[in-house]
Amino acid sequence: MIAKRADTESAKVDYRVIGKPLPRHDAWGKVYGETKYANDFKLPNMLYAKVLRSRYAAARLLSINTRDAEKLPGVVSVMTAKDVPNNETVTRFGQTHAVGGFEGLYRVLANKKIRFKGEAAVLVAAEKRDIAEKAMGLIKVEYEPLEGVFDPVAAMQPGAYQVGEDKSNIICSYKVRKGSIEEGFAHADVIVENTYQVPMVDHAYLEPESGVAWLDDDGVITIRAATQVIEHFRGVADVLGLPHNKVRVIAPMVGGGFGGKEDITVETYLALLVWKTGRPVSLTYTREESIIAHGKRHPYIMRYKTGATKDGKLVAMEAELISDAGGYVYLSPWVLLYSTVQATGPYDIAHVRVDTHTVLTNNTFCSANRGFGGPQPCFAYESQLDELAKQLNLSPLEIRKCNYLHTGDAMATGRVLEHRVETEQTAEKVLEALGPPSKPKSPPEKIGRGVASSMMSYGRMMFLHDTSRSFVSLDLDGSVTVRCGVQDIGGGQASSLAQIAAEILGVPLSDVNVYIGDSALTPLAGTTTATRQLYMSGNATLKAARVVRDNLLKKGAEILNTSPENLDLKDREIFIQNHRKDTLGLKKTDPECNVNYGGTRKAVVAVETCVDDDPDRVVALEDVVKACAAEGMPLFNVAQFNAPTRELIDFKTCQGKVFADFTFGTQAIEVSVDEETGKVTVLKIVSCYDVGQAINPLSAEGQLEGGALYGLGYGMMENVIMEKGITLSPTLAEYLIPTAVDAPDVETIMIESGGGVGPFGAKGIGEPSCVPTAPALANAVSDALGVRIYELPITPEKILRALGKI
Amino acid sequence: MMTYSIETNVNGRPRAAEVTARDTLLDVLRDHWDVFEVKNGCEQGDCGVCTVILSGKAVNACLTLAVQANGKDVVTVKGIGSPKEPHLLQTKFVEHGAIQCGFCTPGMLTSAKVLLDQNPKANRQEIREAIAGNLCRCTGYKKIVDAIEAAAAKPES
Repeated sequence: MIAKRADTESAKVDYRVIGKPLPRHDAWGKVYGETKYANDFKLPNMLYAKVLRSRYAAARLLSINTRDAEKLPGVVSVMTAKDVPNNETVTRFGQTHAVGGFEGLYRVLANKKIRFKGEAAVLVAAEKRDIAEKAMGLIKVEYEPLEGVFDPVAAMQPGAYQVGEDKSNIICSYKVRKGSIEEGFAHADVIVENTYQVPMVDHAYLEPESGVAWLDDDGVITIRAATQVIEHFRGVADVLGLPHNKVRVIAPMVGGGFGGKEDITVETYLALLVWKTGRPVSLTYTREESIIAHGKRHPYIMRYKTGATKDGKLVAMEAELISDAGGYVYLSPWVLLYSTVQATGPYDIAHVRVDTHTVLTNNTFCSANRGFGGPQPCFAYESQLDELAKQLNLSPLEIRKCNYLHTGDAMATGRVLEHRVETEQTAEKVLEALGPPSKPKSPPEKIGRGVASSMMSYGRMMFLHDTSRSFVSLDLDGSVTVRCGVQDIGGGQASSLAQIAAEILGVPLSDVNVYIGDSALTPLAGTTTATRQLYMSGNATLKAARVVRDNLLKKGAEILNTSPENLDLKDREIFIQNHRKDTLGLKKTDPECNVNYGGTRKAVVAVETCVDDDPDRVVALEDVVKACAAEGMPLFNVAQFNAPTRELIDFKTCQGKVFADFTFGTQAIEVSVDEETGKVTVLKIVSCYDVGQAINPLSAEGQLEGGALYGLGYGMMENVIMEKGITLSPTLAEYLIPTAVDAPDVETIMIESGGGVGPFGAKGIGEPSCVPTAPALANAVSDALGVRIYELPITPEKILRALGKI
Repeated sequence: MMTYSIETNVNGRPRAAEVTARDTLLDVLRDHWDVFEVKNGCEQGDCGVCTVILSGKAVNACLTLAVQANGKDVVTVKGIGSPKEPHLLQTKFVEHGAIQCGFCTPGMLTSAKVLLDQNPKANRQEIREAIAGNLCRCTGYKKIVDAIEAAAAKPES
């Protein structure tokens, strides 16, 4: 059941808690139905809110008449833009550090030009949900429909319809320049040039946006919401004109995020209604609202021209990427910067020219989505590589091996990859794991295989000056508390911190309790985005736990009459190293053993201990803790981890370091394609990544498996279909994501090079795991059919068109 | 609006409510009875997170009218097992890492329970088909299928 974990030459450290496939501590509450998500929460006297949204994608909002709605019995409050203290705020990107570069307008409620269909215009709070719904129907909004622009290329042209109030629809453009592109193509024996398109996609987390907010008895507006970013408390306070410490955000366990709960969703609406009414308010989006009103993954149009010598060496790559940002800026500039920096993929190319643009249109706005600008260019550069290989008569692996970046090489941006790069190894392993090719079952079936590699950053851009904090303490009985403001969106963000603290403090995982996600009570840990929590908060927790450990060892040394360097800490004992009879380790999972975790139950791993009987050489952790407490020696620490920083990069060259490190990996897919129906069946899929160090292999594998299926959905079926700004796929019956019968068993292989910048050499894996799947699929389909599909998703219809059958 | 009195057993506990003809079982479970372990993901029968066992069958609570549940037994994930008496499926879900965000889990477990009640030796393909109506966005399904397979009786060799 456990993925193969490839051996590497790195010396393996004998960890005791990390690196073990332990059941996550939050899993028990989830299987017993006890975990209380944002919408599983009621307060006395609570109101129910609804949001009235624009019916047009492009229009001028002329007037809103709320009189009839306000008169409806049971309606308590109706709010429009004029009721919002600061309806427009500007974010300068970066929760804790205003970096400049761009400004993103955050308009709470529509009052000028409507920029996309579904833009919020009116908030209603009523005693009951059905009254709020009825009130929505009584609100009269007068619009002057406008022409709008729905195609990013058209929106870039001079004289195009202006989506917003700015002069141009182009939000920003970046350039990467390396060498001389003309010279590069002059050296090429073969050049391929193609245009690729990728669709707008939804996160489709199972839990729609939701929250409950109330005015606490200390006058603080408290918002318990499904969010990846509790630090939006600042943005919400700015909208209300309140001091930041008068708004508190609590993130309970989140029912999936994938970037879609990175921007503010329900929080501001809830805060406004609480501020206006003084009563608790609940708001949950419908599925349709979720699909039309939260940020999507950007559709891109990508022209790639790639040249190679006859032996397969890439010599020139020219790329132009245009991203459709939709109606508002949100995180589009940064998503595009990720695409720009990673536009050449994990390859060493002498001559590069990349131009990228992100453009406002009257489509649903786009923002963060798992991969954050990584999956789009990967589809293009990996398709290009296979096209070159085909012309050069090389295998997909051969051409890639000629070109992979290695440790010490420089990317097109001049950034030298100083940490471990194991892409080549990941490629070899996935192909080996794919095994011998399957045989077609019947004549119209064709078998094909494809491979794709990618690199993707983990951790935020360095000029955002990212930080995280974590608090670790020991109680008198030796139990451990971690407080860290992470948001757990399902990736095991909280549980991995418990594992790190247990490792360092020599206690079983069951002895650690973790409090997360409260902007008032847990040290701020930044966003659960950018594949950064293990890296950032893992390092902060490690740092705090080490301070506590040092104090324990100091006291233990006094008791044992030795020096701290001679001591080790394990299974609740401090002992002189090389002395303890160690027959132990983690034995079994015992569901009967439970301890409290924030009101829910959690797993406990029973650890059999073998106590040495020499009291001169072993002392119980509990006794050391008590000795420390008696003398006032602190057994807590709050540590801050600061990511490496730099000043804002020059967007005209994008040279230098943008990210602290990258995660490298490869996926391989075998498909069977029915030439008569165009149906693609994925027979095998293998995903291999250098994860640095798996803190919890079960969780890391879960990320690799889930990421591959997320990527497969992108490759095969997902598409937010828009027609003139209207979403034609606003339900999960039209917006299709993979089901259990669509999903092959993803085989995962983890390389643990120990070469990451996270705790214990870990790399981040959450987002990178979904990046190369779609191009691996496209390459497999192309291998099967001999024709290439240049546009995602690869549907039966597109296949039949490519085959000239329709 | 005309209302109807309904009575059901939810996990063995008698429950009663006054409902309208259009109220769904999901509305009544969550809004009237605070049965929050039954999740609300789409209210359109597309996602499966509200799956409950109604008279032995797995149904979407959002597509079942509350009046249809009158006089019947409703079993949610809490009725399958509890911390004191975990069901093997729950234990296997935890052990196999079949849990990520957990939002699909209550519905996934109820579908799996009905499958194994009806087909105790279900194979991987049968498992996949039985949970095809339960979307999961996090796991890639593999660990969920592994967990259900591990809870199923071993086929005779």
